Amino acid sequence: MDTTDRKDSVAKIKEAHRLLKRYEYTPQKIQRGYTNKTLYINISDNTIKSKDVPEEIKDKFTGGKGLGLWYLWNSVTKDTKWDDPENEIIISPGPVGGITQYPGAGKSLVVSLSPTTGSVMDSNVGGHFGPLMKFSGWDALEIQGKAKEDIIIYIDGNKGIVEIYEVPIGPVNSHILAEEVTEFFAESEEEKRNISVISAGEAAEHTLFGVLNFSFYDRRKKVQRLKQAGRGGIGTVFRNKKIKAIAVKYNGVKGDSNNPADIDTIRKLGLKLHKEIKEHDKDQCRMREIGTAHLVEIMDDYDLLPVHNFKYGSHEEAYKIDSKVLAKKVVQGSPDGCWHGCSMSCAKAVQDYELKTGPYKGHKVVVDGPEYETVAGVGSNCGIFDPDYIIECNFYCDTYGIDTISFGTTMAFLMECYENNILNKEITGGIELNFGNKDAAMEVLHQMAKGTGFGKIAGLGVRRIKNLLIEKYGADPKFLNDIGMEVKGLEYSQYVSKESLAQQGGYALANKGPQHDEAWLIFMDMVNNQIPTFEDKAEALHYFPIFRTWFGLNGLCKLPWNDIEPPDNHLTDEPAKVPEHVENYVQLFNSVTGKNIDKEEMILQSERVYNFQRVFNLKMGFGTREHDIPPYRSMGPVTEEEYLSRQERYDKQLKELVGVNPEKMSTAEKIEALREYKYKQYDKLVDAVYKRRGWNKNGIPTVELMKKLGMDFPEVIKLIEEHSSE
Amino acid sequence: MIRVNQRDMDFREGMTVKNLLEDLKYSFPNLIVRINGEYIPRESYEKTVIKDNDDISIIHPIAGG
Ligand code: SF4
Repeated sequence: MDTTDRKDSVAKIKEAHRLLKRYEYTPQKIQRGYTNKTLYINISDNTIKSKDVPEEIKDKFTGGKGLGLWYLWNSVTKDTKWDDPENEIIISPGPVGGITQYPGAGKSLVVSLSPTTGSVMDSNVGGHFGPLMKFSGWDALEIQGKAKEDIIIYIDGNKGIVEIYEVPIGPVNSHILAEEVTEFFAESEEEKRNISVISAGEAAEHTLFGVLNFSFYDRRKKVQRLKQAGRGGIGTVFRNKKIKAIAVKYNGVKGDSNNPADIDTIRKLGLKLHKEIKEHDKDQCRMREIGTAHLVEIMDDYDLLPVHNFKYGSHEEAYKIDSKVLAKKVVQGSPDGCWHGCSMSCAKAVQDYELKTGPYKGHKVVVDGPEYETVAGVGSNCGIFDPDYIIECNFYCDTYGIDTISFGTTMAFLMECYENNILNKEITGGIELNFGNKDAAMEVLHQMAKGTGFGKIAGLGVRRIKNLLIEKYGADPKFLNDIGMEVKGLEYSQYVSKESLAQQGGYALANKGPQHDEAWLIFMDMVNNQIPTFEDKAEALHYFPIFRTWFGLNGLCKLPWNDIEPPDNHLTDEPAKVPEHVENYVQLFNSVTGKNIDKEEMILQSERVYNFQRVFNLKMGFGTREHDIPPYRSMGPVTEEEYLSRQERYDKQLKELVGVNPEKMSTAEKIEALREYKYKQYDKLVDAVYKRRGWNKNGIPTVELMKKLGMDFPEVIKLIEEHSSE
Repeated sequence: MIRVNQRDMDFREGMTVKNLLEDLKYSFPNLIVRINGEYIPRESYEKTVIKDNDDISIIHPIAGG
């Protein structure tokens, strides 16, 4: 869409929009990272009010995801469903979020009940919304209710105004909507950079794995770039509530906008890390050059890159989509950060990409990414090794508001079903969904956006498709449960975990479902062999998920923690923890809040929230051992071709680990023997992890633990007691 | 026979750290290599020759996500 068209479209929206509610407030001055106020909006009756954030709640939940979980807990009952008006979407950046001196400090955390899991979901996202919202006076935004017609919510942080508009016309898809909403609220060209927009897209309405796009204005390219809160379908909740967009405008971001207690220390810490990144990134992860896509070839080398629905971990054509190829496609020479001051600058964009399919065919667009997860998910996992397809698919997933990870894992599953005649052309409406068929995958994606044809089924996600195929088409439940890569209803992210027991746990035990942001232990376990015993693995599965939770409490990005390392990191006792950077975070927190925590208290802050989230799962009818079991595809070979592809490895495992002689066994028998062994190992791992975490054998945190953590709210204790006596 | 991350591996006369990493396809950029406890900096991978019975650790210092 060119500028004139956009201006015309915005003019029409201006004519058609209707102000439903205006609320005026005096923006709170930020005190040491907190505004101490939350903006509550109920879009059923257009209530808008300011809520205090009490000290006690900050002490227990810190901020970000913690605050989100607390608000959601108080809004829903065990019977609340994701599409009930009581469900909320809560957005909060956390106290450190918004500083500009230390890399990776502009993240927002989004919390809601998920359409795919039915339980509580959290998602972490870049873009400018969280910090601008905080500088506008709000630690969190809590949205409840359901609008009757499409609405846009607007926060003007300088004027102290919150408005709800009914906007019955205009686009829904993010790449246009984010621009138009920006145009709508910007009083000048210059002001656009002070605006951030949250939006979803058409497919978020018709699938269960919708994303939220959070924008940041790219002054060089003069476009709103999009970052995604991807996991668990919060974009679907957003559109179900009939929210078209939420926009914030705040003019005046400065280095001290977060009003920290000790800005000099923050500056010092930041300078040190900037220097480290400048000197070493080019020899380490090349984040500035290509971002997370550098992982494609690494994962392929270690047999960890998912291929054909996680059957294999490498492919001879992987070189066609590796970072060397992608680096030529993205705009060079302008490392981008998704928040001010992030010198890690892993955000990448393909400019002037001419779309080949769909409603915007022929348009030249800017495409953010592609990130590793997207390349692996929509590419290798579906057997598609075409960089242009990956870029196009990335674009449409974003603008339609679909999670590329869930799309990739679901599509790969569907392709395997098709190749096994569980799906056929009758069910797919004539689409030949073989591995590698990029046109077919693209067609399904466009159908998802319109909610038509086979797209309606594909948009349900792996768990519901499995059930449908079993109930309606008589598919074999064992096979589908083996190859359907989901736990708790969330699709797997893109790493093959077959050879790492710790990672099988890292995925299947994760609170929200199998996303690697809790624990990525494959190298520590499978390659380094550093955590050989169950106790070692349990310790790692205690420490890392808890530690990682902390980023989400504070509005921080994980990447500058360990995708860059000090040159002398190898001399430390525990290089995998990157101790110097952990110490930076302790100091950063203290310098913002004026508090005086140490490494231990940092872990305690996370442990409180982590265990609370586990109990939240329990409240929603999950959160016990039966919900922590992985599909066998994530543990070992399901099919004969899969076994035979790595026969030497698996035969060796049978001999050395299982203690049987594979020479006298058929492949089917070998698969069965390995499977029995692996599930037994997994069971032992779960016992060890639960014990280390202070949970009972059914995976429920004990009353003593919750008391020790100070999270013994009456409802929490009652729930635990009820379930423990069952 | 050599030991790599506490697992046995065949020894090849004249093999350097660089050769070993290539054999294993260990392409991760930040490795911490030690032979019998002694740290080997990256610039020495090519010239450091591995001896029979060496105990080698190759740590990929990344965990957590
Ligand atoms: S490292 Fe990348 S994702 Fe993280 S804050 Fe910086 S630019 Fe954003």
